Amino acid sequence: MTSSSLSISKPASWKLSLLDNNLFNSAIRYVAVPLTGVLVFLLLWSATAQNIDTSLGKFPGPAAVWEQFGALYQEHERSREKAAAFYERQEIRNAERLAEDPGYQPKIRDYTGKETFIDQIFTSLITVMSGFLLAVAIAIPLGIATGLSRTLSSAINPIIQIFKPVSPLAWLPLVTMVVSALYTSTDPLVAKSFLNSMITVTLCCLWPMVINTSVGVAGIESDLVNVSKVLRLSPLKHVQKIVLPASVPMIFTGMRLSLGVAWMVLIAAEMLAQNPGLGKFVWDEFQNGSSDSLARIMAAVIVIGVIGFLLDRAMLQLQKLASWDKDSITH
Amino acid sequence: MGVLLDISHVDMEFPTPKGPFTALRDIDLQVRKGEFVSLIGHSGCGKSTVLNVVAGLYRATRGGVILNGKEITEPGPERAVVFQNHSLLPWLSAYENVELAVRQVFGKTKSRAEMREWIEHNLQLVHMGHAMHKRPSEISGGMKQRVGIARALSMQPKVLLMDEPFGALDALTRAHMQDSLMEIQAELNNTVIMITHDVDEAVLLSDRIVMMTNGPAATIGEILDIQLERPRSRLELADDPHYNGYRARVLKFLHERHSKRDPSPKKSAADEKTKFETKSVEHAA
Repeated sequence: MTSSSLSISKPASWKLSLLDNNLFNSAIRYVAVPLTGVLVFLLLWSATAQNIDTSLGKFPGPAAVWEQFGALYQEHERSREKAAAFYERQEIRNAERLAEDPGYQPKIRDYTGKETFIDQIFTSLITVMSGFLLAVAIAIPLGIATGLSRTLSSAINPIIQIFKPVSPLAWLPLVTMVVSALYTSTDPLVAKSFLNSMITVTLCCLWPMVINTSVGVAGIESDLVNVSKVLRLSPLKHVQKIVLPASVPMIFTGMRLSLGVAWMVLIAAEMLAQNPGLGKFVWDEFQNGSSDSLARIMAAVIVIGVIGFLLDRAMLQLQKLASWDKDSITH
Repeated sequence: MGVLLDISHVDMEFPTPKGPFTALRDIDLQVRKGEFVSLIGHSGCGKSTVLNVVAGLYRATRGGVILNGKEITEPGPERAVVFQNHSLLPWLSAYENVELAVRQVFGKTKSRAEMREWIEHNLQLVHMGHAMHKRPSEISGGMKQRVGIARALSMQPKVLLMDEPFGALDALTRAHMQDSLMEIQAELNNTVIMITHDVDEAVLLSDRIVMMTNGPAATIGEILDIQLERPRSRLELADDPHYNGYRARVLKFLHERHSKRDPSPKKSAADEKTKFETKSVEHAA
């Protein structure tokens, strides 16, 4: 009995120590090593920054940037308080007027203070998503059409290949002029600067989605196409039941690539279009040229990076939810 | 019973950069209603091409196929195909795969409840009632092929076309599937054309075995009537002299008479096969 329990306990404890070892290894690999990497980067950054003198003072180190994060948040809080106070004053005034004259129609004016950094983040997110969704609405039907028809694919391919590498900065002046010419409403729903940035984003992030969708659709197994033929599915049903689900993995890969492109393009577009987002923030700080400007720009750079990363992760989760082919998803 | 399917003097040529490649020459075969016909021959000899012409996936260069007095010009559910690699839609469950076919064929004539019953009936027929709601990735190769057969049967085809349906399965699973198919055949008495390269399978299942010569320009070399009583049992047949006689005839054909115009009859079958494979690669290119 004792011998048997001994022989059992031996491999069990060995297993346990292996588990411990694995836990320890993964702790090192996923926590300690990346943390060390970041730390070394911060030290290098801090050491280098001190040796770079610009006309706006020394290049900001990590500490200065951290300080600006706090400052930016406080500005936001203060602006919110001001806005709240502004609306409160209006309501009191309206109540007073109404007490004097019951026929008075109360008016509430919008607060017109400067957008804060946090507001600008949201503007950027809304702009990028609008541009991206517009691109999705164009690219997926176009990609399916080119994937199904070899003739259409040959016709459109040269256009895609030529427009794909074009920088957003080249599109923007054209987009601006076209929007100014065509979008002439006296009571515009959205600002022109928003449209300019959005359309530029669309033009730049369209292509990876078109190409991936098209490749996905063209690569459907011929057996599945034969099944559709034997069943005599109508063209619409063929797309709906066979083509679309079969190419979902490729479509999502394209969408993920496109969203990455869209976010990169957006910052440049906002700078030039003066859309009140992160791009404009960077540009305004650059023009402002105060001693804090570089640190604030650096803070924006970090925020832009983090948001880009989060967008990619979100897209990956969506892909995992939507795709039947779990093997096709790469990190 | 009369002729249901008439494959009449079919030639099939494929265009290649080096000029047309003749895959089939003068295939002439009449299939009666309720008959089980196997096409056997070496791989690449054009068996699948014959099946694709009957399915309507290819148009014959010369000659044609007549089903029930009407020429076949396009694919359709009355000639359901069981593909070699099951070709189930991977994003749908077994039930949904059959449902797609049933809705397409009976969407206008059957009610919702009738369709559901019909789908379940067909899945139970192939012994897949227990795993109806599993996706293809969750079931074994044999089970996938069962679902593929259920899908084809659910269309109530006039002719059931099977393209090496059990070729990708292991021997034990294959034997199970053959028994299942015989069971179903006894019940439904379908008209079936099956492609195979397995001699035992052909003799066990068929009423007639059509032996094809090697390509290019493959044609029917010999047709063998299998007059074994049904139901057939593989164990009893193993010692049956008739069964073994049929088996030997097919084997003999495959080893000796597989090519009509082979200049050197001493050449081994393996040589012949590799020779053909290079040809078929050219054709694909």
